[in-house]
Amino acid sequence: MTDLPSMLPALPEIVLALVAMGLLMYGVFSKTDRADLCTHGAVAAMVAAAVLEVLGIGTAAEGFFGQFVVNDFTRFAKLLILVAAAVTLVMGRRWLATEGVQRFEFPVLMTLSVVGMMLMVSANDLIGMYLGLELQSLALYVLATIQRDNVRATEAGLKYFVLGALASGLLLYGASLVYGFAGTTSFPGIQEAIASGNAHLGVVVGLVFVMAGLSFKVSAAPFHMWTPDVYEGAPTPVTALFAVAPKVAALCLFLRLLMDPFVGLVADWQQVVSVIALLSMIVGSFGAIAQDNIKRLMAYSSIGHMGFALVGLAAGTADGVRGVLVYLVIYLFMNVGTFAIILAMRQQGRPVEGIKDLAGLGRTRPLVAVAMGIFMFSMAGIPPLAGFFAKFYVFMAAVEVGLIWLAILGVLASVVSAFYYLRIVKVMYFDEPLEGLDPVCSPALRITMGVAAAVVLFFCVAPGWVVGTAETAAAALVAG
Amino acid sequence: MIEDISLLSIITFLPLFGAGCILLLVRGTETEVAANSRWVALWTSGVTFVLSLGVWIGFDPTRADFQFVEMVEWLPGQGIGYHMGVDGISLFFVLLATFLTPLCVLASWESIKTRVREYMVAFLVLETMMVGMFCALDYVLFYVFFEGVLIPMFLIIGIWGGPRRIYAAFKFFLYTLLGSVLMLVALLAMYLHAGTTDIPTLMTTHFPAAMQTWLFLALLASFAVKVPMWPVHTWLPDAHVEAPTAGSVILAGVLLKMGAYGFLRFSVPMLPEATAEFAGLIFGLSIIAVIYTSLVALAQEDMKKLIAYSSVAHMGFVTAGIFAMTQQSVEGAIYQMLSHGIVSGALFLCVGVIYDRLHTREIARYGGLAHNMPKYALVFMLFMMASVGLPGTSGFVGEFLVMLGVFQVSSVVALFVATGVILGAVYMLYLYRRVVFGKLEKADVKAMLDLSPREMAIFAPLVVLVLWMGIYPSSFLGPMHVSVENLISTYEAALQAAGGVSVAVQ
Repeated sequence: MTDLPSMLPALPEIVLALVAMGLLMYGVFSKTDRADLCTHGAVAAMVAAAVLEVLGIGTAAEGFFGQFVVNDFTRFAKLLILVAAAVTLVMGRRWLATEGVQRFEFPVLMTLSVVGMMLMVSANDLIGMYLGLELQSLALYVLATIQRDNVRATEAGLKYFVLGALASGLLLYGASLVYGFAGTTSFPGIQEAIASGNAHLGVVVGLVFVMAGLSFKVSAAPFHMWTPDVYEGAPTPVTALFAVAPKVAALCLFLRLLMDPFVGLVADWQQVVSVIALLSMIVGSFGAIAQDNIKRLMAYSSIGHMGFALVGLAAGTADGVRGVLVYLVIYLFMNVGTFAIILAMRQQGRPVEGIKDLAGLGRTRPLVAVAMGIFMFSMAGIPPLAGFFAKFYVFMAAVEVGLIWLAILGVLASVVSAFYYLRIVKVMYFDEPLEGLDPVCSPALRITMGVAAAVVLFFCVAPGWVVGTAETAAAALVAG
Repeated sequence: MIEDISLLSIITFLPLFGAGCILLLVRGTETEVAANSRWVALWTSGVTFVLSLGVWIGFDPTRADFQFVEMVEWLPGQGIGYHMGVDGISLFFVLLATFLTPLCVLASWESIKTRVREYMVAFLVLETMMVGMFCALDYVLFYVFFEGVLIPMFLIIGIWGGPRRIYAAFKFFLYTLLGSVLMLVALLAMYLHAGTTDIPTLMTTHFPAAMQTWLFLALLASFAVKVPMWPVHTWLPDAHVEAPTAGSVILAGVLLKMGAYGFLRFSVPMLPEATAEFAGLIFGLSIIAVIYTSLVALAQEDMKKLIAYSSVAHMGFVTAGIFAMTQQSVEGAIYQMLSHGIVSGALFLCVGVIYDRLHTREIARYGGLAHNMPKYALVFMLFMMASVGLPGTSGFVGEFLVMLGVFQVSSVVALFVATGVILGAVYMLYLYRRVVFGKLEKADVKAMLDLSPREMAIFAPLVVLVLWMGIYPSSFLGPMHVSVENLISTYEAALQAAGGVSVAVQ
């Protein structure tokens, strides 16, 4: 009982982990297929965890003898992860059922990966960080191949596993170098070692390896190669998950790592992050132009978005962190909404994912087309939609620290990316309908689309709330 | 009293409200939806126009500061607010936007047959963006409206445009976006220097001379594309040719003014030293625009393209007038913009009238319209003369003032700019002769009917306005006089201060 206070900060994670294990037992031992019930249970657990996070807002604590830390920054990140995961789970239910891959393992694995993501965000130690990262990755490898009789899905899962393992290896190697040269694995210890001024150059080398591993996880160029294939091959509900929650987690870990233990090396990592951001923006913008599969297009789009978000990190200031967090909130809504539409893309009952299948959507399904149009213009960063404000804050942070070249190249890349977002609008509104899509039958998808579109559209009316919350979260990170 | 009811916000967002009503409330069969959408759009834009007249009536022409000011916190603690207001410079642009929109709705009454609901929604959203842009007194707010215009205009060109509409829509969108994002970086730099994006505060902030140069170039990238200035004008002929008639009217009438308005609102008052430094460059580009595009216009076979190129030439006058920075030239530039907004809009409507009947814009397909369409020939002649700058029409006042003002600065520039008037007469008269005079030979042209009552109702207010602006310009020059005076005196004071500093350093 003496250890209980030390575990309390991790209560949401503990709840989720227990529920995941309980559901696993239940699924294995029940005689009938209980996938639906497991899904509901997992969603309920995520909601409960989110409520626990909300209740704790404003407090900061450490658990597990300093290995685990919670503050407003981690709460902000975890809320995003939980919302993204829960919404994806609800959205994908109908799709999985129709395709006959609805298994009880799906929600269980998803819950476990969410636990991993939350541990990543809260880790205060290199070992804890790695454990969280691996927990989420292993769960995601399996999820990618959940459609195990589908060649594309298994190929995607294998690719993801091999490359992901390589990235984890790089990260682990980097962490061991850091440990070797800094003499400790704890984040405060590393920060102290660097602040003392006699940190060995080896720490920087280790940091570069760690950053390479993390860049893989956020799918930032030049470590982005897996993204299009995995996005395309994985079942759409899994792709919807890949697009948001793991990216949020990995990017928040990126923020924590660089702004907390390695903040003393800002001059070293700033150039690296700038280059990664720039490459991602360029690869994301140009790579998407030639795509005709909407999931591949979204893969390149997410590479580009990660580039824009990393611009905020490259600034290395509290304003930069705020920019990244605002970006992630808006990114979540745009992506969840877009994937709700992609999940609803069906012709005569069978799922389709070609961009040309959207032709004439403005006439056949006007409301869906309006929602998609809103998401596309927003991703292109056209005001007054939310995507503009996302870019506004990260570029503001970059200009503030004198990274004007990065801001200029970034906005130019955003013009290139506008081309392919506009192409989708063009297909929907300017082209004649070909076969047309089936009506959206799932109420969950309809509600998600509507809510996400409304948030993206009306964000400009009161942006202060999100920005203010992000600012508090950023302050918690930079101060702590 | 009037200041209390936030009139500018009502004018700005009433069209958006109307668009929401069309989207949410209009139900029924396709024809019912179309008819109801048209009426809602007409009423909303009509009421908006009447309300905007209230701004003109309530405007105090003796004050140089911003009036009808509204200020609400938007992004807390950031120095970025929802700040609206008009001065003598922006007042008439607001009126221009609210005046042209109902006419556009009327002009599209019969020519738009498909997806009428979406069309009307797009136009009302466009009106909100345009009015908001001219009222915005916060740079971020301005930018939001400035860029927001692209979305409805992209859809208007792309959905209801001509055969090459997709190419034109993409070119329009990407061209303007490319310029605007560079302005965004400049905006951020200005914000971080001044700590606020409040326009009146930025006007009194002094930016270091080296920074001004870069800021000016970034702003130029955005505004030059919008104006459009030579050599970044090539999106305009494509967009004009492919857009539906009403889209061309708004494009020429209001959207082109956004660039020049940007020069007046941002470049000149905020970056005076860079303005003086780059005035020569702008003069050069303006002269090329005036002469080169006039010659290009002369060679056009397509009526809309001809008028599009004439717009570039006329906007050359405007930029030359703004950067001459004398009382007459700036007032002339603003006047020329208003006049061009009405006249070129009316000319596109004239093209639309015969396009609706014969479905071609090729000049050679017409001829001899004076015989079977006398009313049309009269209206067309009036606007053609106004475009040329005949005394007694609005075009004369603007061009004359610009030349008068520019002559005080440089007689050479004035000489070149003045040749534009002659070339303008050449291509417009040539167009008019080919379309309206000559023998009425072609059977389908013979069958064309004269103006319908609806079309006359569209042209009547335009005719009245062109003559009013030509015969009694004081009603329009009066309100802008003090604001322009203030603009020029602060500009000169800033230049003197900068000159003083550099002398002191030496």
